[in-house]
Amino acid sequence: MTSEAGTTPDGIPRRRVASPRTPWPIAVPAGLAVAFLLVPLAGMLIRAPWGQLSRILAETQAVEALRLSLICATCATVISLILGVPLAWVLARSRARGTRYLRALVTLPLVLPPVVGGVALLLAYGRVGIVGSHLDRWFGLTLPFTTVAVVIAETFVAMPFLIVSVEGALRSGDRGLEEAAATLGSRAFATFRRVTLPQVLPSIAAGSVLCWARALGEFGATITFAGNLPGVTQTMPGAVYRAFETDPPAAVALSLVLLTVSVTVLVLLRDRWLRPGADV
Amino acid sequence: MARCRLPLVALAAAWLALPLAACGSSPTSDAGGSPSASRSSSAPGSLRGEILVFAAASLTDAFTTLGKQFQEEHPGTTVTFNFAASSALATQITQGAPADVFASASTTTMDQVVAAKAADRATTFVRNQLQIAVPPANPARIARLADLAEPGVKVVLCQPEVPCGATAVKVFANAGLTVAPVSLEADVKSTLAKVTLGEADAALVYVTDVLAAQGAVTGIEIPAEVNASTSYPIAALSASRNPELAAAFVDHVLSTRGAAVLTAAGFAAP
Amino acid sequence: MRTDGRTDGTGRSEQGLAAQVSVVRGALTVRARLDVKPGEILAVLGPNGAGKTTLLRAFSGLLAIDAGTISVGTSVWDDPGRGIFVPPTERRVGVVFQDYRLFPHLSVVDNVAFAARSRGAPRRQAREHAAGVLERLGIASLAGYRPRRLSGGQAQRVALARALASDPALLLLDEPLAALDVRTRLEIRGELRRYLAAFHGPSVLVTHDPLEAMIIADRILVLEEGEVVQQGTPAEVARRPATDYVAHLVGLNLYRGTLADRTTRRIDLDDGSSLYAAGADPQDPAGGRLLPMVGTRMSVAVPPTAISLYTREPDAGSARNVWTGVVTQLELLADRVRVGVEGHPDALVDITPAALTALGLDVGRRVWLSAKATEVVAYPAA
Repeated sequence: MTSEAGTTPDGIPRRRVASPRTPWPIAVPAGLAVAFLLVPLAGMLIRAPWGQLSRILAETQAVEALRLSLICATCATVISLILGVPLAWVLARSRARGTRYLRALVTLPLVLPPVVGGVALLLAYGRVGIVGSHLDRWFGLTLPFTTVAVVIAETFVAMPFLIVSVEGALRSGDRGLEEAAATLGSRAFATFRRVTLPQVLPSIAAGSVLCWARALGEFGATITFAGNLPGVTQTMPGAVYRAFETDPPAAVALSLVLLTVSVTVLVLLRDRWLRPGADV
Repeated sequence: MARCRLPLVALAAAWLALPLAACGSSPTSDAGGSPSASRSSSAPGSLRGEILVFAAASLTDAFTTLGKQFQEEHPGTTVTFNFAASSALATQITQGAPADVFASASTTTMDQVVAAKAADRATTFVRNQLQIAVPPANPARIARLADLAEPGVKVVLCQPEVPCGATAVKVFANAGLTVAPVSLEADVKSTLAKVTLGEADAALVYVTDVLAAQGAVTGIEIPAEVNASTSYPIAALSASRNPELAAAFVDHVLSTRGAAVLTAAGFAAP
Repeated sequence: MRTDGRTDGTGRSEQGLAAQVSVVRGALTVRARLDVKPGEILAVLGPNGAGKTTLLRAFSGLLAIDAGTISVGTSVWDDPGRGIFVPPTERRVGVVFQDYRLFPHLSVVDNVAFAARSRGAPRRQAREHAAGVLERLGIASLAGYRPRRLSGGQAQRVALARALASDPALLLLDEPLAALDVRTRLEIRGELRRYLAAFHGPSVLVTHDPLEAMIIADRILVLEEGEVVQQGTPAEVARRPATDYVAHLVGLNLYRGTLADRTTRRIDLDDGSSLYAAGADPQDPAGGRLLPMVGTRMSVAVPPTAISLYTREPDAGSARNVWTGVVTQLELLADRVRVGVEGHPDALVDITPAALTALGLDVGRRVWLSAKATEVVAYPAA
């Protein structure tokens, strides 16, 4: 076989299998999509005030905002994992009648404008909110204008990304393995921990990255619920927005920093976790 | 609150509108080619078309009223507003947003626009002063400006880049106070909202905003010797596609009828 | 509300499975009554959709029955009438699933150690026990592998090891060989029979392959559309098919014997007679060229269509297997007549209705049978 790579055993020249050409009705819109997505990024790189970068970063408390952004997005992701994965399990497994509606409700923040989310959070956990007023009265705790509020806002907006991703994996996952575990004496929670969770680990990883990225870029809900104070509640998107009003080159510089950090993290995670068929 | 997203929307609108402007025919020629005819005193019906007015967030209520008035006086015209922080609007205008008129809450931001040759000259039409806004229940028992410097009092200010924030900085400097705000909001309306919602104990906002809140907040006067004011300049923009209508709207703001609306809203004469 | 299905290791070999179940699954109602003695292997044979797997799921506790009882020894596992249902986690069943269901993220040894870990054994102890089971099944070398790297046959062995390692009171196997290629199936079939025979508790095996059922099982239960149509030893089921389906299903004469001569391929059957088997096992990749040692236990299969009937002794022709017997049964099937002959050995012979008339056969008639050696297939018995 290998010695006759060019011909079949009958001596007929073997036609090479060429990759089929992409038809133009697909190629043209696809090309436009690439341009549409990449031109703004290119614009940012071209217009970046490269010469003043270090000055701007020093002046605009960029490091502080970036540190806050990374900490808050990571906290939001951890909370989303602790609460969201069990919820995804309930949504995927529960046969109760209201599950469908519950799923629609808890994933609402996916489609809700973040500012609306921020208002909703204020009405719930604000100082006079339905939950917040009790926190204030009983414990003297107020959430708005604190870093905790930033984490709450980011979690609210980003957790549905994790839930949706993990629930999908749980649904399409192999229930047979859970049955097998049951016949081997494994109780429900042990099965979840020892069989189900390892199966959906890649989806949890992918969902966490989505969740983290969403939290990192969160702006509307954060500025509405947590406010905007450098060092306490001002994350990178807030800093970019603020800079844009007075000093557009600074806004570009800050955006570049955020872009670089996000891309770096995503690439690193991709190598570790998100490779197709990665041995997790 | 929702206002802080508006500039982005406006930018997107500007981006989409630019190619349209390039291929649309100019609507200015049907007034007989005589620019002097386009005064607010001109006969009804001689003005038509649309203009987009970029105005400081603090002008929201007064200008909305003025816009309605203007449209009633000149049937066939449409005045659309984009209210946001003056500094944000100035940035958008210098980046090419398709605005016809700019009314700013500070001379500094207007100067940026004039320096960028986006407007020829600006006229100051009102001044505005700051007041302390507290929730009606006044949970922190704020009585005077110095109370804002007390620890534990949640004070919200406009960020110093916007006129109300810059004015607040002046007020505290005049009073020799150091205040640690819990948040620096993007514009005066979201600053006010934090008090309206009861999240903040106090905020420094314009007199006009307290008035416009209609009892949702209580205003506390700042002594005249430490208070600072900001001047509001207005200008028709050079890039306007309907300069006559733009000029007519500016005239209306400067007219006695316009001044009455502004005074009623709490603004002071320039 | 539930009784504990567990018993101590001692005396469990005395416990058989007793079940009388009724399970509704959509349009199908599966009704069966069966007893499997300790150490006995029951094959549930039937076409797809007959309710075989449903039965197995009911035994394992993955499905609750609607009426009846399931018990192993003195432990009642399911009795809706008395409100008893023991969940699968408490049943001590070993299940070999059709698709094996090995945990892909665990190594082979951890798969096999899973049951012990579930019952709270420390990791080391569970692994040692698992390693012992792997050793016993001759697959200790696979211990460190992930299931993804196993071949079909290896995965099947690991699945069996995992089920046996849970120290089950009842062993359930759902089409254990169906997922294997022909060559591996042949290899595993014999092995499976050996391991099941070594298991002290009752075993229930579900299959749609009659050959598999006959080779592995001690007793066969034929299930059709949820109903038990026949139950008996493989020989009984083969000799007296209760329905056309069973007859068609088991359309095969199966004998057990010992290889007596490698050259002539003579096999001495257990009833004292002999058959020459030169036929190639269709499932044997070596095409029958590699015969095992003399004295090896063999199975011999002769399709009923491969046997010719004569009313007087035939001339010595190419057929080396010629014997005589008495017609005990005539049954009209769809397109042929199945003739039951008692002799050494017994045989089922399929002939055309025309041949029946031409031969003038009737019950009690003495006949000669002949089968070409090339149509007689022998293979090592389990």
